[in-house]
Amino acid sequence: MADGISGASGTGRGYLAETGLRSWAFSLDHKRIGVMYLYTTMFFFLVGGLFAELLRLKLMTPGPGFVSDKTYNVFFTLHGALMIFLFIIPAIPSALGNFFIPMMVGAHDVAFPRLNLAGYWIFLAGIVVVIASLVRPMDTGWTFYTPYSAKSGAAVTLLSFGLFLVGMSSILTGLNFIITIHTQRAPGMTWSRMPLFIWGMYATSVIQVLATPVIGMTFILLAAERLFGVGFFDPAKGGDPLLFQHFFWFYSHPVVYVMILPAMGIISEIIPVFSRKPIFGYKAIAYSSMAIALAGFLVWGHHMFVSGMSSVAAVIFSLLTFSVAVPTGVKVFNWIATLYRGSISFESPMLYALMFIFLFIIGGLTGPFLGSLGTNVQLHDTYFVVAHFHYTMMGGTVMGWLAGLHYWFPKMTGRMLSEKLARRAAVLILIGFNVTFFTMFILGYKGMPRRWAEYPVQYQTMHIIATVGSWVLAAGIIVMVWNFTRSLYRGEAAPGNPWGALTLEWQTASPPPVENFEVIPTVTEWPYSFGRKGAGDA
Amino acid sequence: MTPYPSDAVGVSRVAGRIDSVFLFIVVIALIFFFLTQGTLIWFAWRYRRRKGNEGESTPYITGNRLLETLWVVIPSALVLAIFAYGWIVFRDIRTAPAGAADINVVARQWLYEFRYSDGRSSINEVRVPLGKPVRFVLTSSDVLHGFYLPAFRIKQDIVPGRYTDLWVQPEKAGSFDIYCTQYCGTGHSTMRAKMIVMDAADYRRWVAGERKPDLAPPWMKGKGLVERYGCLGCHGVDGVDRIGPTFKGLYGRKVEMSDGSALIADESYFRESILDPTAKVVKGFDPVMPTYKGTLKEDEIAEIIAWLKTVK
Repeated sequence: MADGISGASGTGRGYLAETGLRSWAFSLDHKRIGVMYLYTTMFFFLVGGLFAELLRLKLMTPGPGFVSDKTYNVFFTLHGALMIFLFIIPAIPSALGNFFIPMMVGAHDVAFPRLNLAGYWIFLAGIVVVIASLVRPMDTGWTFYTPYSAKSGAAVTLLSFGLFLVGMSSILTGLNFIITIHTQRAPGMTWSRMPLFIWGMYATSVIQVLATPVIGMTFILLAAERLFGVGFFDPAKGGDPLLFQHFFWFYSHPVVYVMILPAMGIISEIIPVFSRKPIFGYKAIAYSSMAIALAGFLVWGHHMFVSGMSSVAAVIFSLLTFSVAVPTGVKVFNWIATLYRGSISFESPMLYALMFIFLFIIGGLTGPFLGSLGTNVQLHDTYFVVAHFHYTMMGGTVMGWLAGLHYWFPKMTGRMLSEKLARRAAVLILIGFNVTFFTMFILGYKGMPRRWAEYPVQYQTMHIIATVGSWVLAAGIIVMVWNFTRSLYRGEAAPGNPWGALTLEWQTASPPPVENFEVIPTVTEWPYSFGRKGAGDA
Repeated sequence: MTPYPSDAVGVSRVAGRIDSVFLFIVVIALIFFFLTQGTLIWFAWRYRRRKGNEGESTPYITGNRLLETLWVVIPSALVLAIFAYGWIVFRDIRTAPAGAADINVVARQWLYEFRYSDGRSSINEVRVPLGKPVRFVLTSSDVLHGFYLPAFRIKQDIVPGRYTDLWVQPEKAGSFDIYCTQYCGTGHSTMRAKMIVMDAADYRRWVAGERKPDLAPPWMKGKGLVERYGCLGCHGVDGVDRIGPTFKGLYGRKVEMSDGSALIADESYFRESILDPTAKVVKGFDPVMPTYKGTLKEDEIAEIIAWLKTVK
């Protein structure tokens, strides 16, 4: 069945032919812009990870450690802020989305290539401002809660201005994607023939465009508070600290779907290809992405059950929160059902995709403990929450991102990765991740509050286990980065379509030519036509 | 003494109820865990591509209406059950029983100050009698803080400029940790206190030993303030409404507002009415009261409220 879909062999340099700084910095090619985003976000993934290792190291001891409490507070703030704003939000949309949305819809480029490049430069400008804020490093946590953030001596205004710019880039990217998906699809690609990654990215882009302005506004109000003492959030001046939390989560809850929906899209591509089965429940997966995106706007209050918000609001937000659980569950069931009677091979993209499902199930099943009011009051602001969101964000989004990187590495670079190194990295990451973060569920249940530099001695054993786990995890990441680096230069040449996939990005050379396709392809069916129609249908 | 909350079984009825919700969700989560992970691993193993069967074709299955309906309906019902159970217990957590003794807590970077109704106060250690409901009325003089009693499974954020509250009825004597759970700056993790639960006789003895003759309880100071600021010119204590509603029996009563809404007169309402009197006006009265914002200090507001609670 792979006959006729293997693309041109990867002998040429394709879009990578031109070299030199200018050829990158001023390129309008969505693929080059995607690659620039990829390097930038991956850099911050590694820096954010370094801070995670440092703070885990501090937590080996319950008392004052090798760094002061103040420094520890800076570590967890930078870990959170860099990972969230400079890595996990842009990682899949801006990097992989930029590279693959035009290719998967069968277009030469995004709808607005210049806007796309402007987005990257604004992103970079934001990063420069964020780095400048390190002169007085942030110690407020990535959530910036007032009044502390309004009073802190750290460079909060500067950092929030940097993140304002990053947010602007995010809005431009989302807008570009929405228009690209609407207007640039190849002839014959109806909405019901679109790859599920495109559906996921569409839902994501809608959230980016609608929610990001709210955090931008919040940052402006916070800056006004700090610079001019306006008092939006200061009770002494008639303001309200809870107002800040409402604004913050009105953005920051929907944005967790900006993080996870693209990863779910990647998983929905990889599972059918490596099982040689059509995706199970295409419409359910596509529509549930939209349902999650919309419902995600109505649940922000579940971050505030113990904040002092009214009990009536708490009940309503709890109920709405559970409405997100069902469409999320549906996706998991669909992926598992896709495996049924497949012919499953376990190359590295599939390994990471299966790891995603395994870890995301744990992340998902620990959500109801936090959504339920009774148990939320116990678990809120403890390590249980830390464990839950790392299972969904790292076990989920990061695994999806890694699955995508392994899947598309041959397409982006024209080289194959070393499967042996990829497997070793995956095993280390899986073990390290679970040792680190499963321990935190227990810590949280036993009452360990998050964001604590020092802690009562009864929690020490668990903290040591988590820290050792973080070393295994780091080892896995190092092996993986080594694999990427090594394969970039010495990897086997990649064929056009090494996995036998049916989506359009594989129907051209690896790496693709500048214009993606010599002739825009015509689409006649959906990209999941694996297996034999009528043969042994259930 | 009992620092591990999971070991502290039976510390209060509410904690036991919260544990039941936890267990209920654990059971549902475990069933789904084994069901989904089991199927995932089984399918991955059973349908792996083997040497010799690479060319074998796979069936073209794109969906199954029955299955897809089932896995929407069943999880929906279960999450609704989890929601409802959590809600019922949440009402217990939020509703203090009548007659709970109030202890005011003022949090600041990085300590808790406890103020008892008889004028005693203490830092980072609060003593309460066994078996009696106690309600902590929380406020902060600087940034957000948290008030978390891990053994009792409850917490509440402390917000400057308003009152929040949390209640316990301890069923076990001992010393229990109080943690700050809302990030509040450099000393956040060292902001810890103890709640010492004493049996009734010990508690009485301790109170008798602590009380100093010259200690004025907050309500008494509050009475002086009310007289000094002339509040009683408009508000009577005899049950007769004058320019403003009478204070008699006001605390804890349901009051109708001029906009048609109704509320229970609690600490937060008193506080708002002192600082922003026209925000909520009792039905039948004119919005004529001046604000005391800037005139009264935070402590003085708390003292006036303490007195208002005594006007029965």
